[in-house]
Amino acid sequence: MSQHQEKARIIRFEQLSEDNFRLTLQSPQIAAQAFPGQFVMILTGKGNDPLLRRPFSLHQASTNGSIQVYFKNVGRGTDILAHAKEGEILDVFGPLGRGYRLVDEKPACLLGGGLGIAPLLFLAKALAKRNRDATSDLILLGGRSKPEVEPLVDDFKQFGMKIICATDDGTYGEEGFVTESLDSERVAPGTHVYACGPEAMLETVHDICLQRGFGCQVSVESVMACGMGACLGCNIPASDGTYAHVCIDGPVFDSGALVWKS
Amino acid sequence: MEILKAHDPYPDLRVNIGSLQLQNPVMTASGTFGYAREFENLVNLHRLGGVIVKGISLLPRAGNPPPRIVETSSGMLNAIGLQNVGVTRFIKEKIPYLRGLNVPVVVNILGDTIEEYQEITKQLSDVEGIAALEVNISCPNVKKGGVAFGTVPHMAAAVTEAVKSVSSLPVMVKLSPNVSDIVEMALSVERAGADSLSLINTLIGMAIDVKTKKPKLANVIGGLSGPAIKPVALRMVYQVAQRVSIPVIGIGGIDNMEDALEFLIAGASAIQVGTANFINPRISEDIVDGIGEYVKDQQLGSVRELIGTLEVD
Ligand SMILES: Cc1cc2nc3c(=O)[nH]c(=O)nc-3n(C[C@H](O)[C@H](O)[C@H](O)COP(=O)(O)OP(=O)(O)OC[C@H]3O[C@@H](n4cnc5c(N)ncnc54)[C@H](O)[C@@H]3O)c2cc1C
Ligand SMILES: Cc1cc2nc3c(=O)[nH]c(=O)nc-3n(C[C@H](O)[C@H](O)[C@H](O)COP(=O)(O)O)c2cc1C
Ligand code: FES
Repeated sequence: MSQHQEKARIIRFEQLSEDNFRLTLQSPQIAAQAFPGQFVMILTGKGNDPLLRRPFSLHQASTNGSIQVYFKNVGRGTDILAHAKEGEILDVFGPLGRGYRLVDEKPACLLGGGLGIAPLLFLAKALAKRNRDATSDLILLGGRSKPEVEPLVDDFKQFGMKIICATDDGTYGEEGFVTESLDSERVAPGTHVYACGPEAMLETVHDICLQRGFGCQVSVESVMACGMGACLGCNIPASDGTYAHVCIDGPVFDSGALVWKS
Repeated sequence: MEILKAHDPYPDLRVNIGSLQLQNPVMTASGTFGYAREFENLVNLHRLGGVIVKGISLLPRAGNPPPRIVETSSGMLNAIGLQNVGVTRFIKEKIPYLRGLNVPVVVNILGDTIEEYQEITKQLSDVEGIAALEVNISCPNVKKGGVAFGTVPHMAAAVTEAVKSVSSLPVMVKLSPNVSDIVEMALSVERAGADSLSLINTLIGMAIDVKTKKPKLANVIGGLSGPAIKPVALRMVYQVAQRVSIPVIGIGGIDNMEDALEFLIAGASAIQVGTANFINPRISEDIVDGIGEYVKDQQLGSVRELIGTLEVD
């Protein structure tokens, strides 16, 4: 696998809700190498503040040479990106990290909470290419409220997988946590779960999968300086007593390989 | 145009750090460039002046719990805790690749005791493919209540002597800026036999999350690096270069060609690029190109003519 540093032109800028945005970048070298679950490092600032690049999962990578990132405006770096214009050039490198391992022979359940929905579109595309019937596959999309979920749902419809949405406040889809569906008969026995979202949600996902005997991969976050295994700043505790580094050992891990808080 | 360019005489960027010869003055700083291989897809490693690898200790170290890094204004704090694979695995797993690079590889070493520094040095001394050692003396001396070697001149001198006495490799001692008199420290290490000095290591700092009233680093305090520290680093390099007769290597916040030139003018014979590697992996190559252009534009015979040319009225 090789990485590339590209000057990527913003070919599409979409504001999907008040705080959520999607950028489409012309980035042919990265697009050609990318796997679902991998991420890119984007330079947001022009000067020294903010200094470090920001990591973003690949929301899409297509054969026409474009990549997409889907993000929420939460701070200085993402605020700069939220004010970017079509035609502008961003300095991007990637693809980085280990993405999702595709378990071809098992029914798939893709589970995303909030911004954790980001990597699942690219993943759904890859899983849809498997040579098996998609009727027992499931996409579970959750968020606090309608604006976190609704704008993305249409994009997931193309794969012929069943989609269930849930919001904490019931403004879109079912009311409650999306993990409740995972703990129901809706998920076929022997399903393999691919999850991304807030840590507390991933912990619940891990517990349910453990109980129900589902294989489970999760995409996790950490602070990052380099994104490529050089600074050693992105460590998280691993279940074997060592530290794993999110940028090179992850961001996707088998959920059993990590230490969960409770 | 391309053809004309090809006929341009290539500027002479070679510098000497004592017996260590570099094809240009741009090296990558320890802990910011992994073991070089991490960057092979993004950087033409063969164009660098030298590579300094992540600090190595006698035994593997797990390092500190997360979070280990936090961004600050024009800089970052890190408390990695010297995580590394240990000298045995370093020799077995990392050296074969590094040996294949066309550039000098400098191994950064660290220890808890003087004996530990000496033992690592012994183990590295006969290994083919190592051009020099860089001694990180910013580590706590466990036998002396955890006071950093690099903050007490006689302890810094003792480490230097111990390393020199068991190796014929050139020894570069990396100074900590967390001292009241950097010149005294430099002179002490020079007298103890150091072949060159590199400075500065990170400045100790901290950051607090006001919402939780907790430190932003699990380790509470950490080392500040990046553009924020450049003026301090430049001042220290300038003061030290005035007083010592061994070569000085400038480090601290260098993220473009002008920064690098400032250090050379202040008296550094070479420089190291640290945090900037994270932001732009190609930065060291860009700086090499930039220095080359400058040398040509100024019609200098070589980059060496620039070293220590500060004009103070
Ligand atoms: C592998 C990876 C993939 C990611 N993918 C996406 C993605 O697809 N879409 C997306 O919107 N975000 C994603 N993130 C998170 C994203 O990198 C952060 O939101 C971003 O760095 C914040 O930068 P900022 O300058 O806007 O915020 P800052 O000004 O740095 O911080 C603002 C607030 O955001 C919090 N914050 C900062 N960094 C993170 C982080 N890494 N995780 C959680 N909270 C953080 C801070 O604690 C602070 O409260 C990903 C992170 C990782 C490690
Ligand atoms: C993440 C990180 C890890 C570092 N690890 C080491 C190390 O192992 N040994 C060492 O001597 N210096 C280490 N340093 C210090 C750098 O080599 C350099 O001296 C310092 O960062 C100042 O340069 P800069 O501002 O260009 O980064 C580290 C710095 C950073 C940011
Ligand atoms: S972010 Fe630097 S090692 Fe992972």
